[in-house]
Amino acid sequence: MGEVRVGGQYVLDRARFPEFLSALSACGYDVVGPTVRDSAIVYDRIEKLDDLPVGWTDRQDGGKYRLERRSDEALFGYNVGPFSWKRFLFPPRERLWTAEKVEGSFVVRPEPTGGPRLAFLGVRACELAALDMTDKVFQGGPVADPGYRARRARILKVAVQCGQAGGTCFCVSMGTGPGVRSGADLVLTEILSPGPHRFLLEVGTPLGAEVVARLAPPLSSAAKDEEGLARGIVERTAGSMGRRMDTGGIRDLLRTNLEHPRWEIVAARCLSCTNCTMVCPTCFCSSQEEVPSLDAQAVERWRRWDSCYNLAFTELHGTSVRKSGLSRYRQWMTHKLGTWHDQFGTSGCVGCGRCITWCPVGIDLTEEVAAIRASPGTITTKGGSR
Amino acid sequence: MLADQPRAPAHAETMGHPFAPIPYTVRSVVLETPDTTTLVVEPHGDQRIPSSRPGQFVMLYAFGVGEVPIGVAGGNAEGQLIHTVRSAGKVTQALTHLTPGDTVGIRGPYGHGWPVANARGGDVVVVAGGLGMPPLREVVYELFRHRDSFGRVEIVYGARTPKDLVYYNEIQSWRRRDDVRLQVTVDAAGREWYGDVGVVTTRIPDCRFDPPKTTAFVCGPEIMMKLTAQALVERGVKPESTWISMERNMKCAIGLCGHCQFGPSFVCRDGPVFCYRDLAPLLAVREV
Ligand SMILES: Cc1cc2nc3c(=O)[nH]c(=O)nc-3n(C[C@H](O)[C@H](O)[C@H](O)COP(=O)(O)OP(=O)(O)OC[C@H]3O[C@@H](n4cnc5c(N)ncnc54)[C@H](O)[C@@H]3O)c2cc1C
Ligand code: SF4
Ligand code: SF4
Ligand code: FES
Repeated sequence: MGEVRVGGQYVLDRARFPEFLSALSACGYDVVGPTVRDSAIVYDRIEKLDDLPVGWTDRQDGGKYRLERRSDEALFGYNVGPFSWKRFLFPPRERLWTAEKVEGSFVVRPEPTGGPRLAFLGVRACELAALDMTDKVFQGGPVADPGYRARRARILKVAVQCGQAGGTCFCVSMGTGPGVRSGADLVLTEILSPGPHRFLLEVGTPLGAEVVARLAPPLSSAAKDEEGLARGIVERTAGSMGRRMDTGGIRDLLRTNLEHPRWEIVAARCLSCTNCTMVCPTCFCSSQEEVPSLDAQAVERWRRWDSCYNLAFTELHGTSVRKSGLSRYRQWMTHKLGTWHDQFGTSGCVGCGRCITWCPVGIDLTEEVAAIRASPGTITTKGGSR
Repeated sequence: MLADQPRAPAHAETMGHPFAPIPYTVRSVVLETPDTTTLVVEPHGDQRIPSSRPGQFVMLYAFGVGEVPIGVAGGNAEGQLIHTVRSAGKVTQALTHLTPGDTVGIRGPYGHGWPVANARGGDVVVVAGGLGMPPLREVVYELFRHRDSFGRVEIVYGARTPKDLVYYNEIQSWRRRDDVRLQVTVDAAGREWYGDVGVVTTRIPDCRFDPPKTTAFVCGPEIMMKLTAQALVERGVKPESTWISMERNMKCAIGLCGHCQFGPSFVCRDGPVFCYRDLAPLLAVREV
C-alpha cells in the first residue's frame, strides 16, 4: 500500500466509486449522503452506488424545486435539497433525558450519547461552512450541547466541490463556496469530461488518508492538469450563481433599518410557515417538552426543532413578544444576516439558497436586502418618543 | 483544598449534563398574595447548584409538568434557595401548589446578575415593580451588608394593589432602618391603604440622590422598566449606571435554544441584567 499523504491529490475513477464506499465502511463509518426520495434529493443512508442520485439534477428557483434527468451519469450533478447535515448532529426530535420518581425524590438519567460513526458523503462548500456555524452554536460557547458534541466527534466529512450552481445559490456572495477551503477530511471534484468520468480526490486530514489507504490497488496521484481541470470547474460554477447579495456593512444596514417600510411589504407575503427555518442548515432553535408516563411515575424530556416564525416562540405573560408576522420575518432575516455576527462572529447565512427555494411564496432574502439597501433609512420609533 | 472537595454526588450520572435538574426538597411555603408563593428549597441529596449572585436565575422544574426560569430571591450557605413564584400558567401553577416535603428540580444558576459592586462609593436607587422585587431582594441585603460602602440608598417599590405587595413584613422592617429611604406605592387602593398611590415612575422625582453619582437597579414589567429608566435619565442618572433585568421566553437558559433573543443578545446568557445604555435603542422598537 503506497503511503497516502494529507494534502495529496489522487484520481478516483467513477468505476471504482463502489470501492470508495466500501473503504468508508471498512473504516467503520455508516455512510449518509444524497438520495432521491419523494421527488427530492435528501440525505439518508447510502449502502451502494445506486442509492446516490445517479444521472439526476435539480432545477431550483424561488418557491420551485424539480428533479430532471441529466444526459450523463454524474453522481453529484445537482445542488442542495431540503435536508441539511444538521439533522444528523441536531436531530429534529431528540430525547435529552428520562427521570423517574424514587421515594420522595426523582432520579434523572441523561440520554446516552453513543451512536454510529457517520461519513457525510457529498458535503458542499456552503454546508461545510454551515457545520462550522453549528459547531460554534452548540459547542463553541460556555456550555456545549452533549448530544451534538458526541455526534460531531464521530463524523467524517467527504466534501464535493460543486460542478454547477443552483438557481438560488449565492455562496460566492457569502464567501463560503463553491470551492472547498478547509474543514473536510476528503474533497472530491467530479470530472465528467474531457477524458473518462472520474474524481479528483484531495486528502484533508489523517482520517481521510486512512480511508484512501484502504483502496487497493492504490489510487494514482493526480497530474497537474487534473488539478487545473478541477479549478476550472469551480471557477465556472462560481461564475454562474443563481443569486447574489451585497453583504457590505450588512450588519449595520439591518440594525439601523428595523423600521424600514420594506418589512411590511414582505410580511404581507410571508405565511409564517417556518419552512425557511426548517431547511436552513444553520437555524438552531429548539423547544423542550415534558412527556409523562400514564402513571406519572416517569417522564421523558424531549427537544424538537422550533422556529422564530411560531407565535408561541416568544410567549410571555399569556401573549407573545413578536405578535406580527412582520416582527417574525424581521427576526429571522436580521438574525441570519445581522445579529449572528454579534453572537458568533460570522454571518448566519451561507448562501445555500434553501430558504428561497422552499418558501411557498418564493420570498427571497437577497431581494429583501437589496430593497432595503436601495433606500436605507435610520432607526426611528413609530411613536416618535425618542 | 482537598478537605473541601465535594464528595461524590449521589446521582453521579447527572453531573455535567446541562439539562438535568437536581432534586431539591421544599422546606417551607409562604403565601405572599393570592397567586404568589415563596418557596424555600434545599438540596435533596449531595448535589446542589453552585451559589448564585443577586439577579441570576435558575430553571425550576415541576416533575411531569415542565420547567421555567425563576429568579433567585435568596439563599444561604447550606444550599437553601428562596424563590417567589406567581401562578401564571401550567408550570408556575404546579410550583405555587407545592407543600413542604415535595420535590422540585433545579438547574443553574444562569446569567449575569446586578453589578452591585459597581455602585460602591455612590448613591443607589432600587426600583421594583410587582414581581420585580424578588430578583432585587438580595441586592437590598447586599447593600445592607456593606452599607458603609454606599452613599444614600433609596428603595421604590410599586405594585398594582396593596394585595399584590410581596414580602410585606420584611419590607416593613426595612422601613425601620434610618439608613435607607423606602417608598411603597400602589396603582390603585381602597381606603384601608395609607401609603402612596400612583405608578412607580411618579416616585422618581422624590428620590434623594446625586444623579451623576447614582447607580440604579430597576426590575419589573418591561414597560415599567423603560419608563423608570427614562425618568431616572431625565433626572440626570447616567444611562450607563442604570441597570434593568429583561424577561423573555426561555427553554434552555444556556444560549442553545434561541428563544430568549433580544436583538444581538441572548437574554439567558448575556443578561438577564443589562445596562440600559446598551438596550435603549432596541427598547424603542416594537416587537423585537
Ligand atoms: C430571567 C427570568 C426570571 C424570572 N423570574 C421569575 C420569578 O422570580 N418569579 C416568577 O413568578 N416568575 C418569574 N419569571 C417568569 C416565569 O418564568 C413565567 O411566569 C413562567 O415561565 C410561566 O410559565 P407557565 O408554564 O407557568 O405559564 P404558561 O403561560 O403555561 O407558559 C407557556 C409558555 O410561555 C413561557 N412563558 C410564559 N410567561 C413567561 C414569562 N413571563 N417569562 C418567561 N417565559 C414565559 C413558558 O415558559 C412556556 O414556554 C421569570 C422569567 C425570566 C425570563
Ligand atoms: S432565524 Fe429564527 S429559527 Fe433561525 S436561528 Fe434565528 S431565531 Fe432561530
Ligand atoms: S438563510 Fe437561506 S440561504 Fe442562508 S443559509 Fe439559511 S437557508 Fe441557506
Ligand atoms: S433560553 Fe435558550 S437561548 Fe436563551
